[in-house]
Amino acid sequence: MSIGLIGKKVGMTRIYDDLGNAIPVTVIDVRDNVFLQRKTVEKDGYSAVQVGYDDQKTSRINKAEAGHFKSNDVSPKRRVQEFRLSSDSELPEGDHPGLDVFVEGQWVDVIGTSKGKGFQGAMRRHNFAGQPQTHGHMMHRRTGAVAAGSTPARIWKGKRMPGHQGCDSITVQNLKIVKKRSEDGVILVSGAVPGSKGSYVVIRPAVKKPAPAIEEASGEN
Amino acid sequence: MNVIDKIEREQMKTEIPAFIPGDTVNVHSRVVEGGKERIQIFTGIVIARRGTGINQAFTVRKISNGEGVERAFHIHSPKVAKVEVTKRGKVRRAKLNYLRDRVGKAATNLKSRQEKTGA
Repeated sequence: MSIGLIGKKVGMTRIYDDLGNAIPVTVIDVRDNVFLQRKTVEKDGYSAVQVGYDDQKTSRINKAEAGHFKSNDVSPKRRVQEFRLSSDSELPEGDHPGLDVFVEGQWVDVIGTSKGKGFQGAMRRHNFAGQPQTHGHMMHRRTGAVAAGSTPARIWKGKRMPGHQGCDSITVQNLKIVKKRSEDGVILVSGAVPGSKGSYVVIRPAVKKPAPAIEEASGEN
Repeated sequence: MNVIDKIEREQMKTEIPAFIPGDTVNVHSRVVEGGKERIQIFTGIVIARRGTGINQAFTVRKISNGEGVERAFHIHSPKVAKVEVTKRGKVRRAKLNYLRDRVGKAATNLKSRQEKTGA
């Protein structure tokens, strides 16, 4: 477990690598992430660090939040995220998690909120096949049969049906950090990430891929 | 300036000759074979251009041993070392897909275009 960053999706573009291959990348702004509270085993029962991102108007936060920001001596933030650490010794020093949290070529997971699609039918939402358009069919995009007959005489829970799609929290695993541009405060991640431009995303080291060896060294500071 | 614009502008080539569909070009492409890099030249008629900015691409068609061959290149890709315009063609379409249906001389000979001067 280690520290991640909060960012804002800027958009997508392409990058040519040394071999001339075009890599599709998502540009994520991670400027001015700040550390808030540091939680320790002794005090809180576990080790973690809170990271804040993007300034918020003071008038938009309540007194409890204002007090929390004040006690950590940072300006109010729109987004606060806690990252669990395996031990207190991993707790970071300094005020800002810079881009040093990640190294180029590292595998990361990106968590974001997907674009809202509204109320969608079963074909679009669950990839149902639908029914034939022609040959006398009068039923085209409907769900079809939803259950058996008098046994069990009810519809199973979790039956896939039409409903609201999108606006879900989605984690995309194993994306690669293609490039870090510290002068612009952005990270370029390979492939697409959930959400629209300007939506918030959380970048964390990949859960299912090993962290690079250099990560261990830079994780100490 | 927008960060994406900045990233794209840094990668874009500055010296690209002006060419349009109908022109005949030599495309010098970098090929890596067995760890060695060499330049391969693909000569043919530009039959399409598409995209803007860093996404610009073009398609070149030639007749190789009686068989039509098309290759698409990204203009700003490092794999495209150089583009030379050898002939200016005069055409009335942006996409010359009709050349695919042509055989013999009709497939390769296009009317030539006079360069506008002082415009």
